[in-house]
Amino acid sequence: MKIYLPNSAFLGNIDSFLRNMNFSDPTQLKITANKKWISIHPVVLCMIGALGLNLKSEDIKCEKLEAKSKHYLNRMGLFKLLNIKTDTTIIEHESAGRFIPLTRITNSDELTKFITDIIPLLHLASEQADSIKYVVSELVRNVLEHSESEQGAIVSAQYYKKSNTIRLGIVDGGVGVKKTISYAHPVKTSLEAIQLALTPGITGTTQMIGGTEYNAGAGLFFIKSIAQVNREFFMIYSGNAMYKLLKSKPDLKQTTLHGDPFQDRHSKGEDYPLWKGTAVGVDISLGKTKEFSMLLDLIRDAYIKTIKERKKEKYHPRFT
Amino acid sequence: MIEIKIIEAVGSFAENKDLSRDIRITKIIPALERNVGVILNFKGIEGATQSFIHALISDVIRRYGAKVLDKISFKECNENVRKIIGMVVEYMQES
Repeated sequence: MKIYLPNSAFLGNIDSFLRNMNFSDPTQLKITANKKWISIHPVVLCMIGALGLNLKSEDIKCEKLEAKSKHYLNRMGLFKLLNIKTDTTIIEHESAGRFIPLTRITNSDELTKFITDIIPLLHLASEQADSIKYVVSELVRNVLEHSESEQGAIVSAQYYKKSNTIRLGIVDGGVGVKKTISYAHPVKTSLEAIQLALTPGITGTTQMIGGTEYNAGAGLFFIKSIAQVNREFFMIYSGNAMYKLLKSKPDLKQTTLHGDPFQDRHSKGEDYPLWKGTAVGVDISLGKTKEFSMLLDLIRDAYIKTIKERKKEKYHPRFT
Repeated sequence: MIEIKIIEAVGSFAENKDLSRDIRITKIIPALERNVGVILNFKGIEGATQSFIHALISDVIRRYGAKVLDKISFKECNENVRKIIGMVVEYMQES
């Protein structure tokens, strides 16, 4: 496997990073990077971490990094997670502390502790914390319950002062969305599976509308909606498919949440290198998190509308 | 009537579905089976996920029908928790 860290890989321009990943030899991982600058979204770090966790440290080669920002990889715990040596040292910044280094979560108790710890680490006020805690909880529980990932979930987050956003990555190396959704719904492609996974009321645990006693099939729809109402990016990558919610126009009153993610402003593709598990990246603007209550109203409306439509579809009479 | 203080089981952010399911199986359903009403007290709960509330009450509504809500009351909920409970109750009646 070969990973090249470019000078910039955030959700807006992550496509080329994803396309350039090379998984041809799964027995070793070689990491190279831009010589001048490395500036990457936490989901990129999580993906590298997930790949490396399957290997012994001697099978991971990281070239001598020259970029001025190389210490960021060290600060975010990449080398520690991969158990490889580095010559980079951590340089403290003004905003030091407003990040969550790469963290592996393998069970429910670890998740609860992580959620408790994440808010003071990111220096968040309580009214800003709702969306962040919500996103982390739902996404990591998805991994723990559905991914069949032996390594659990790899999580990382970073605060960006200029945009006043928290950028989150949650990645697993499990079975992927297609297999998970296929347990209850016939799907042919990873992109079709992603579309269903983002549709409210659909879960891989049952065909029943409303889900099971334990799963409602609402988690990913909630996360996408949080990003959408905040007018930020949301990206999910699994198998050979990637779906990305693009930024929408800045007027909440006109925000419409669609049950079908393909009706949202988005980009998608199904010609990416095959990612065995699932990678999710989401950006959350802190300046707009006060709208969480309004967001819940929008989600409720979209959720109920979608369930009603699906119910109509299900019981549509046949006339001969 | 029994009162269940959610915060004592799950802390101030209600997201742990395993604990939610435990509350339902070990406290809510046995009380309803004895025809005893249930107060779910959310005092101190700053936030809750839809998944948590779903795991707490969806099976109860599916099992006994929406009329069971006459025997369950939700106490001291903040605005967001109230909205999430309302959403789960609504979609369970639609599904």
